[in-house]
Amino acid sequence: MVEHYLSLLLKAIFVENLALSFFLGMCTYLAVSKRVETATGLGIAVIVVQGITVPVNNLVHTYILKENALTWLGVGEGMDFEFLGLVCYIGVIAAMVQILEMTLDKFFPKLYNALGIFLPLITVNCAILGGTLFMVERSYDFGESVVYGFGSGIGWALAIIALAAVREKMKYSNSPAGLRGLGITFITVGLIAMAFMCFSGIQL
Amino acid sequence: MDAKKLLLNPLVVENPINVQILGICSALAITTKLETAVTMCFAVTFVLVLSNLAVSLIRNQIPSSIRMIVEMTIIASLVMFVDQVLKAYAYDISKQLSVFVGLIITNCILMGRAEAFALKNGPWPSMLDGLGNGLGYSVVLLTVATIRELFGSGSLFGFEVLPLVTNGGWYPANGLLLLAPGAFFIIGLMIWITRTLKPDMVEKEN
Repeated sequence: MVEHYLSLLLKAIFVENLALSFFLGMCTYLAVSKRVETATGLGIAVIVVQGITVPVNNLVHTYILKENALTWLGVGEGMDFEFLGLVCYIGVIAAMVQILEMTLDKFFPKLYNALGIFLPLITVNCAILGGTLFMVERSYDFGESVVYGFGSGIGWALAIIALAAVREKMKYSNSPAGLRGLGITFITVGLIAMAFMCFSGIQL
Repeated sequence: MDAKKLLLNPLVVENPINVQILGICSALAITTKLETAVTMCFAVTFVLVLSNLAVSLIRNQIPSSIRMIVEMTIIASLVMFVDQVLKAYAYDISKQLSVFVGLIITNCILMGRAEAFALKNGPWPSMLDGLGNGLGYSVVLLTVATIRELFGSGSLFGFEVLPLVTNGGWYPANGLLLLAPGAFFIIGLMIWITRTLKPDMVEKEN
């Protein structure tokens, strides 16, 4: 049992890295990776939000949307709300981010200030919605979805911190004019993705 | 507003992917084959035109504090419609696109155009802007998909163009192009080419 979860965790972090092998959250990934400090802040925010929303969406899917899911209420025999999925998941994500923002503001003002504008931005980060959709597609149970949520969040954070570290050093290098900035960043991400491919096939 | 300019500008000069750097996730993920790329182009253009139209029609009624949620709901409903249609009429392709149809919701092009254009302009220019940006997105997507499918698996739309060594031909397939890094390299090189042709787009040294 523990082994199963551990294997899932490793797979979510390294083998199926959301940013590097599924290209999720690319816009933010490229825009906010100029400095290690900000990248770390965003990375932590993604881990927290991902770790909460994937399990919550798992509950929403199992107890409200799935075929015959409403039977625990004693109604809804044969009802299937699967088609409402997308709107519900994005709603849950937006609500969760909002609640998290208010909680942090009230109880951990320091962390709130450190995360700054990153929290609201996370709502439209496709890594978050992608995590939920993968969870539904692969029909993880609740325990697995907790592990997958945190794992995929950690993987994304790892990828953005790695890229930020490389980009900080790259400021001093002399790349061709047309490639400067964004172009060379894409090539760098390609090389990092190549390095991450070495993890493929690892299993516990 | 000049209709021609609205329609043609996003194709090259203000291309959403190469220049504005929006909506990259899907551009990279579903371009291993032309078939999926074409489907995705139609889906995104359709959603973009209609969401721009809808946002523009109700732009004077939306209170600015909740405009994000309203835009999000409009986009999500349209994407749900596309998702259901694909599942019903093109099940195989919808399976291959997997989560990426749903992820059109968080495609920054949609939110970006709704915020930057549709909220400030009338319905007709907004539709044209949506169509233009959809086409600009499609141009990049189809270019990347053509390169990746042709050199990665030697075929176009599934038909063999370059006979592969494994099938007794002469072309050894370049498997790297089908994997994640290949996509990053191609987009990086495309940006390099665009910026070399248009030197005013080059980023300043800081």
